[in-house]
Amino acid sequence: MIIKPRTDFFEINLREVWRYRDLMWMFIRRDFAAQYKQTVLGPLWHFIQPLFTTLIFVVVFSRIAEISTDGLPPLIFYLSGITIWNYFSSCFIATSNTFVANAYIFGKVYFPRLVMPLSVVLSNMVKFGIQFLLLISAMIWYAINGTEIHPGNSLFFIPVVLLMMACMGLGLGIIISSLTTKYRDFAVLITFGVQLLMYATPVVFPMSAVKSPDLKFWLSFNPLTPLVEAFRYALLGTGSFDAIQLVYSGIFILVLLIFGLYLFGKVEKTFMDTV
Amino acid sequence: MNEVRVIKAENISKLYRLGQVGTGSMFHDVNRWWHIMRGKEDPYLRVGEVNDRTRKGSSDYVWALKDIDFEVEQGDVLGIIGRNGAGKSTLLKILSRTTAPTTGTIKVKGRIASLLEVGTGFHPELSGRDNIFMNGTILGMTRTEIKSRFDDIVDFAGIERYLDTPVKRYSSGMYLRLAFAVAAHLESEILIVDEVLAVGDYEFQKKCLGKLKVVSESEGRTVLFVSHNMQSIASLSSRLLIMNNGLVRQFRDPFEGIEFYNQENTGFDKSRFSDTAEKGLGDNDYLIINEYYLCDETGNRKSGFSSNEKIIVNLNFDVKNTDPLLTVGIGLYTAEGVNLFWSIHLEEDNPVSLHQGSHQIKILLQGLLLNEGNYKIELIAAVHNKQWIYRPEFDAPYLIFSIYRQPGLRDIWSSKRQGSLVPCVKYIK
Repeated sequence: MIIKPRTDFFEINLREVWRYRDLMWMFIRRDFAAQYKQTVLGPLWHFIQPLFTTLIFVVVFSRIAEISTDGLPPLIFYLSGITIWNYFSSCFIATSNTFVANAYIFGKVYFPRLVMPLSVVLSNMVKFGIQFLLLISAMIWYAINGTEIHPGNSLFFIPVVLLMMACMGLGLGIIISSLTTKYRDFAVLITFGVQLLMYATPVVFPMSAVKSPDLKFWLSFNPLTPLVEAFRYALLGTGSFDAIQLVYSGIFILVLLIFGLYLFGKVEKTFMDTV
Repeated sequence: MNEVRVIKAENISKLYRLGQVGTGSMFHDVNRWWHIMRGKEDPYLRVGEVNDRTRKGSSDYVWALKDIDFEVEQGDVLGIIGRNGAGKSTLLKILSRTTAPTTGTIKVKGRIASLLEVGTGFHPELSGRDNIFMNGTILGMTRTEIKSRFDDIVDFAGIERYLDTPVKRYSSGMYLRLAFAVAAHLESEILIVDEVLAVGDYEFQKKCLGKLKVVSESEGRTVLFVSHNMQSIASLSSRLLIMNNGLVRQFRDPFEGIEFYNQENTGFDKSRFSDTAEKGLGDNDYLIINEYYLCDETGNRKSGFSSNEKIIVNLNFDVKNTDPLLTVGIGLYTAEGVNLFWSIHLEEDNPVSLHQGSHQIKILLQGLLLNEGNYKIELIAAVHNKQWIYRPEFDAPYLIFSIYRQPGLRDIWSSKRQGSLVPCVKYIK
């Protein structure tokens, strides 16, 4: 092994990350074991948070603002949007904090730094799973009570959407985390940036409710737009499934991820000096 | 032991920026990037200054390490000593890859595990058991490796009873025990240890030192060991690296190194007497010290003696106000700061009476008392059992002197006889 100042232009050692897979697993476990220690409701919090957000959305956007929900029961519509959006936003927010939050660990021990954001993305995947179960239960409950729910015939597409969301959150997150090591401005930016981004993504409204062509045009630049739409399409059979849009998202995410990994690899070696 | 080089560091330097990282650094970043894009040298690499924390430099950049070369062979225990801010931790950080050097390369054979501070990655909410796994995997072990050593680790730490208690309830000593136990059972070829032994109790410190010895001697693993405790450095290390202002000196014989270090450092190189002679040595109600020096039997003033020579401490002073219990004496300390003895003149059967006026006292130290090395000799003065005039290890004036090997002594000891004393010991049939 050679320790030297600068990395090669693009250096991520995936084999090393793989060698540390046990560590990744420990981080995921730690996240769950430690998060709800000394709480009464414990893991129930995983349900409470999306459920209450959904209820608020139902009241504000459906009852008061009367925004269309594409013919779906509002609860299902918002819950599905929140479930997939939460996955992205929690991946993004948690990974964007990688360096600053873990400086105390990174400053003492070496392990491939990428393990940290990857474990975040994976542990959020589990949380997503829990919320997804909630969503499914809600769908079943509605179905039993006579509301027609038509699961799309492209359920297989859900993991793909999820993977793309993961890469998007990871890519964006590690870019921000690399930048915040020196300039904390970005940390401030993302706290409200994510909220704003949610309104630029069809989470609380369906694309079909956007009438203005100009607005539609601009919204289509958001690579998250087709993902959320496709998620609903695959699961609930409403919304749009636009292949070209999805390819655009895919390319966007790929470029973002590669750039993120490049930046991350560059910063991880010396960030301790500037953090 | 076969001599395999496991670490070879060449030209290691590390530049740090002083002060705040803020808007100014953004300008520097842009400027640096602009230079590098045009294929020029980084403009800020040239301006760094040698790292001396006491002087204010003119540059915003400082070399924490400057062109360091050293080598470590397999099974070595490399002791690293140096004053605060000498660059020890920076070097260890580079070796443990938590930061990268600014220039230079280090070639390392084998895995490095570092124990830079205790309990890295310990999560306060998790139990000792979980944290063993957590900490172990952070340090690069796999879960199967940890499982196979789990009992040893628990045994070594001696915390079996608290295994399922969250570590936030642990005492700091228990915390340290657990942390060290995990690290000591790592499979790495090179182990970096930084001052971790400070918290443990005596029994545990001994255990750790013992473990480090075993690890290096019988398992052939290499240990890099930073400490301010000369005792553990001396007993453990097979080589010594002395760091000073970002520069290093490597010693094959740790004792030689420790002596060099002591001569160079902690004010031990000069006598405080000459420093403060005007400043306040007379600033008490009883004494004015005029002269305080060492000489040999023939009256030659010197600060180096051979181990069989007599040392005469000369003390010339005026007594301003007398007191029946007024006394003067000496305190002798080794380079490690261990007090060998104190002595005051009232111990004698018929002590010199310290009436008002000037006095000349000679204190005779016999030969064959002190071993080779550096010693500090303090001037003690007090109104006995009432009041310090010069309090030892606080404001007492002192001199430094060295003892050399007695010429002609049979070279039965390869480096030096162990211990601080060299009494003449007889072996009778």
